Amino acid sequence: MMPKSKRQRQFFYIIPYGIWLVLFVIAPLVLLVFQSLTTPTGHFTLHNYAIYFASGTYLRMTFNSVWYAFLITAVTLIVSYPMAYLLNQLKQKQFWLLLIILPTWINLLLKTYAFIGLLSKSGTVNNFIGLWGVVPQQLLFSDWSFLLVAAYIEIPFMILPIFNSLAEINPRLEQASRDLGANRWQTLRRVIVPLSMPGVKAGIQAVFIPSLSLFMITRLIGGNRVITLGTAIEEHFLVTQNWQLGSTIGVVLIVAMVITMILTRDRARRSARKGR
Amino acid sequence: MSRVKWHAFLVTIYLLTKSEGWELTNTSTPIIEFKNVGLSYDDNEVLKNIDLSLEAGKFYTLLGPSGSGKTTILNLISGQLTATHGDILFEGNIINDVPVEKRNMNTVFQDYGLFPNMNVFDNVAFGPTIKRMSKTDINAKVTEMLDLVKLSDYADREINELSGGQRQRVAIARALANDPEVLLLDEPLSALDYKLRKDMQYELREIQQRLGITFVFVTHDQEEALAMSDWIFVMNDGVIQQNGSPEDIYDEPINHFVADFIGESNILDGIMKTDYLVHFTGKDFENVDAGMRPNERVEVVLRPEDLDLTTIENGKLVVTIDDQSFRGDYYEITALDDDGNEWQVQATNKAEIGERVGLTFDPEDIHIMRFNESEDDFDARLESYEDDADDAKE
Repeated sequence: MMPKSKRQRQFFYIIPYGIWLVLFVIAPLVLLVFQSLTTPTGHFTLHNYAIYFASGTYLRMTFNSVWYAFLITAVTLIVSYPMAYLLNQLKQKQFWLLLIILPTWINLLLKTYAFIGLLSKSGTVNNFIGLWGVVPQQLLFSDWSFLLVAAYIEIPFMILPIFNSLAEINPRLEQASRDLGANRWQTLRRVIVPLSMPGVKAGIQAVFIPSLSLFMITRLIGGNRVITLGTAIEEHFLVTQNWQLGSTIGVVLIVAMVITMILTRDRARRSARKGR
Repeated sequence: MSRVKWHAFLVTIYLLTKSEGWELTNTSTPIIEFKNVGLSYDDNEVLKNIDLSLEAGKFYTLLGPSGSGKTTILNLISGQLTATHGDILFEGNIINDVPVEKRNMNTVFQDYGLFPNMNVFDNVAFGPTIKRMSKTDINAKVTEMLDLVKLSDYADREINELSGGQRQRVAIARALANDPEVLLLDEPLSALDYKLRKDMQYELREIQQRLGITFVFVTHDQEEALAMSDWIFVMNDGVIQQNGSPEDIYDEPINHFVADFIGESNILDGIMKTDYLVHFTGKDFENVDAGMRPNERVEVVLRPEDLDLTTIENGKLVVTIDDQSFRGDYYEITALDDDGNEWQVQATNKAEIGERVGLTFDPEDIHIMRFNESEDDFDARLESYEDDADDAKE
């Protein structure tokens, strides 16, 4: 029996995903907040937050998370913007774009393990530089290797939105800018970059937010030298079994993500709403 | 040497001896010159050996159908395209290798190309800002330009808040804010509705005359070209078919393409039996053309507004009215002659469909076009008619 009114029909369409949403998004969020505000026996408390904010260790982890997410985003952006710009001027852009997207189809853990093979003391890189008689170097378990692998994994997610926003720019605007006396560099700075900002912001969101809670790479490549909030949550849930504190850190992380979202919100949308 | 060329030669010698010190200088250098300019993509020749010369301070129009090469010429002048061969000169200097941003000309684009991330003021201020003018100078310039295009109250508007006509004005103001010596306009009015287009034609012409700079205007609209220009280049297939004042081109089209493209025309095959006698639709007609081979095959052009309906006895031709529509100040009539040729007539008097009437015209309304006549030969032929007319008066 098909429901009759439009509203009823719309409700009908929502049901499959709605179940999903409630079970796996809303319920866990509510549980997370609830756990973070209770004692193991179920009484309301702010104790967990007090522990979190009083502890130098947790604050340092928070700082670490944000700092490394920032570094990963910065490295990714510096590599991706010129690439996306170049990509837009190539004739076979769809082909090159496919090459860039291709690695994202492969499982994250597989790629991470592949890097262990590349960077370990008996790995490909050390073998290669060994040809010139260089002693095997400790490449794994360093900040640099962590940054390298994280950036490698995130780059496609940065290139794609920037590429799309650059592709949307009318080539006429570049012509007009040159016509009005601007050289290539001035055109890039005054016309192309400002107009591609929505893509840059989307890219920053897509890279910075997931980077806040990275933990497998920190362990496998970073060797747990860098402890981020992701690692801390994993430890509390799986090792120390302190779900209350784990939840508290989770809530803090979610708040940090929401703040990032607000800061990188597309301002163009506001003026578009006003204009059209 | 033909009589006409010999005559022209003598006149040239005469003028040379009269000019002071035998000098031909101080006729001002053209602001833009093309010398044998061509452009090809792979094997596709878009522009073929173009020669042209533009004087400063005039309103030029490049007129032709799409794909005729008119926008290509504009892009070669602005520097967006580079010629495959030939030289482009600006005030006598070759500018083939001068990049777009260093040429003292600006363009109004067909789709305007306004920067959507800037408001009206910042769009107009773009050129002056790049030139590092002071803030006060920029303010003054932008205000002056917005005044010129009557958009003084719109400085703070966003581009997406403007109508098509207002965007058009911003594009003009932005291009003029750089004080260009040449303004290039690439079909700027084609996106506007009829009424607005008419107003802008008038206004553009006024702006050009007020500023006194050179305008090069590209359009496929022959009415627009005739209304606005000092001088028109009619283009087709990458070649300039004819250039001249709007009156010249309308009254004396050089070939079938121009006659057909500019205004309405009746074009018929004919034969120039002797000087001043042309044969078409099975009859001989007196006309004013001469200098052709006896019995040369030609095309005959008669403009619809030069034709009149009359009685069968007074008509030079007899036609049957096929269709008629009222156009306000005249009737547009389609009629068929006995050979089956279709005639377009703009008549002030009404007729009945199916009625047989006479068609009349004057000898000077018959325009003769030779096949494959070069522009130089064509001009020389027309000049010789004027000389003949002068001789006749004396």
